[in-house]
Amino acid sequence: MSDLHSHNTLAFVRSEMLAEQAPPTSQIGAVRWMRENLFSGWLNSTLTVLSVLFIYLLVTHIGPWFLHAMWNADSLRECRDILAANYGEGATGACFGVIRDRWHQLLFGFYPQDLYWRPVLAMVLMLVALAPVLFSWVPRKMMWFSLIYPGVAFWLLWGGSIWFPVMALAGFVVAAVVYRLVLPVSTLVASIAAGLAPVFWWLFLSGPIARVLTGIVPIGLEPVTSDQFGGFTLSIVIGVSGVAMSLPIGILLALGRQSDMFLVKTICVGFIEFIRGVPLITLLFTASLLLNYFLPPGTNFDIILRVIIMVTLFAAAYQAETIRGGLAALPRGQYEAADALGLDYWRAQRLIIMPQALKISIPGIVGNFIALFKDTTLVVFIGLLDPIGLSNAIRADTDWNGVYWELFLFIGAMFWIVTFSMSRYSQYLERKLRTDHR
Amino acid sequence: MKKALFLGTMTVAGLAAGVAAADTLGDVKARGNLNCGVSTGLAGFSAPDANGEWQGFDVAVCRAVAAAVVGDPAKVKFTPLTAQTRFSALASGEIDVLSRNTTWTFSRDADLGFTFVGVNYYDGQGFMVPKALGVSSAKELSGATVCIQTGTTTELNLADYFRKNNMQYEPVPIESNAEAQQQYLAGACDVYTTDASGLASTRATFANPDDHILLPEIISKEPLGPLVRQGDDKWADIVRWTLNALIAAEEYGITSANIEELAKGTENPEINRVLGKEGDLGAMIGLDAAWAHRAIAANGNYGEIFAATIGESTPIGLARGLNAQWTQGGLQYSPPFR
Repeated sequence: MSDLHSHNTLAFVRSEMLAEQAPPTSQIGAVRWMRENLFSGWLNSTLTVLSVLFIYLLVTHIGPWFLHAMWNADSLRECRDILAANYGEGATGACFGVIRDRWHQLLFGFYPQDLYWRPVLAMVLMLVALAPVLFSWVPRKMMWFSLIYPGVAFWLLWGGSIWFPVMALAGFVVAAVVYRLVLPVSTLVASIAAGLAPVFWWLFLSGPIARVLTGIVPIGLEPVTSDQFGGFTLSIVIGVSGVAMSLPIGILLALGRQSDMFLVKTICVGFIEFIRGVPLITLLFTASLLLNYFLPPGTNFDIILRVIIMVTLFAAAYQAETIRGGLAALPRGQYEAADALGLDYWRAQRLIIMPQALKISIPGIVGNFIALFKDTTLVVFIGLLDPIGLSNAIRADTDWNGVYWELFLFIGAMFWIVTFSMSRYSQYLERKLRTDHR
Repeated sequence: MKKALFLGTMTVAGLAAGVAAADTLGDVKARGNLNCGVSTGLAGFSAPDANGEWQGFDVAVCRAVAAAVVGDPAKVKFTPLTAQTRFSALASGEIDVLSRNTTWTFSRDADLGFTFVGVNYYDGQGFMVPKALGVSSAKELSGATVCIQTGTTTELNLADYFRKNNMQYEPVPIESNAEAQQQYLAGACDVYTTDASGLASTRATFANPDDHILLPEIISKEPLGPLVRQGDDKWADIVRWTLNALIAAEEYGITSANIEELAKGTENPEINRVLGKEGDLGAMIGLDAAWAHRAIAANGNYGEIFAATIGESTPIGLARGLNAQWTQGGLQYSPPFR
């Protein structure tokens, strides 16, 4: 090596490292990203140009409408006058004044205004009650609150004597006590007795006892009737009740469908296939119209309760099929392992089968929940004033006749918040429960 | 047709159950409030205001009946009903009166088993077109695209009218009046057809109402009125004569302003009979003497209600037209209070 240097036979030898040069502009940063992602071929380039054109048209058409948004006007005419005065004749703009004027109706329906704290408190408590169900880091003791929450919510929303929801909840205590008492006889008999006892309790005992207790200790809130419910309160009441009740019923139906007992299996299959074969709107019409004919005249069977029952049954049938998919995906060995451990049927389901089956079904279950929540808007066809129904009613007010997109935007945004939260939670849950080491 | 038949059958079944205990007046009095079925929202006729109070032309009939029977125009429970649920709600007894811009037709009266107690608004189907279309008569509409609400009598009327005049049209089916406004303004159809009152109120909401005209042809008769279940004639009489009292009050010049003065007694025996100063008309329908007094005091007479809810001073801007008193060349005509 030293030879070469000393003889100097080469014209040039670099003795120090070159400084790093910046890569060509086509290979870095935004340019490269665009080349790779937006203009990687003639097809992609065309699609990119078309998309940009589309977004441009969208923004230029809708942008001014949003920029001119008017929150102050008290009627559509006033809003248009202000828009014309500010931006010239013929200018368009969003008249969000209708939201400012009627937001309380869209949220609470005709609920008495001085009692708005009740649905709000019920909503806040709902989040508290949901926390231990949704997140494992919340203390388990809070589950007790989640269990009594349905009674609390009912009492807050509808008011009346506190003893009716208390006695209704007591039905579950009755079921648990009966189950414990009969368990030594046989698991099957205990299950059936635990199913029948609360029904008997609710039908014949809870009402009179609650009335007696009301007479002795009259604790109560001002009653609010179902026809005063509306807006998102109604959607959430129907949606949350449907979601909460359809999952357990769906699990039972899915298990029943897989059962070896002929009668149980037949009933479950018949129920699922019948409900799935009928559109929800038909069930709602049944709830609102047909039941009126079959019930004795003068019966006051609450319309919201009827709708909740129908929505729950509908969602439960779909839930059952989703969960059955999860059950079917479990290897046979899991069932056999449970048997080998000597677990009885319910323990095996609770400890081994269901945790795995439900985990597999999470996307389907949450998909059903989201669909159910959006389907609550169908109650507009039976004259209940959910947000969509109220948007019609608001439009029928002479002040706001002609308002269209503003109301739908608001309603859409509210629904999106709820459904998007559900979707995000399901993704979080899937990540948390992922046990395969991918 | 199938649906009508089905509803009719259901109604008959419901009636069979309901007739046995057909004492609506007693039920309402015992309950202390009137159950009234109204539209889920029709500009000027029934709509809840920002406080959730129902307002409108059809609503006023309910309030008048409640004032007459229960004694308080606020004692009404309003049940919003869609076009599909209205008849079964009435037949099943969920509501006592249906006051929901319902057209009085033969089959509804006879086949569905209801009693129409009168007409509070004479309507008819009309056409609205943009001025730029250059059309001045419905006879020139051949080949037009027409926005029409599906499942209504207007759809059948339109087909009849175009066939009768040997014209072609292309229907654009729409679901609700709000959707119709959007479609029509977006130019999806040349013509929008529905009841003339609906057209007028729709036009009033446009940014530029003057760019659109209502064609002079009215192609159907749509007498709208309150109705009750068949089989309780006493209750039907009460609702019928409450409506008549409102109409008669306008004819005799009884207004909400002077009713207290007139109730003390006047020279006009007819006014005295209406307001219960003479005779015992109230007792004949099972109410007290001041029933009509309260009904009229609730929202004023027929003319006052019209002016306050859908008249020319409101954004709806309907002229009295056919709904003027018979003395003014209209059709509103109350039988005598005698």
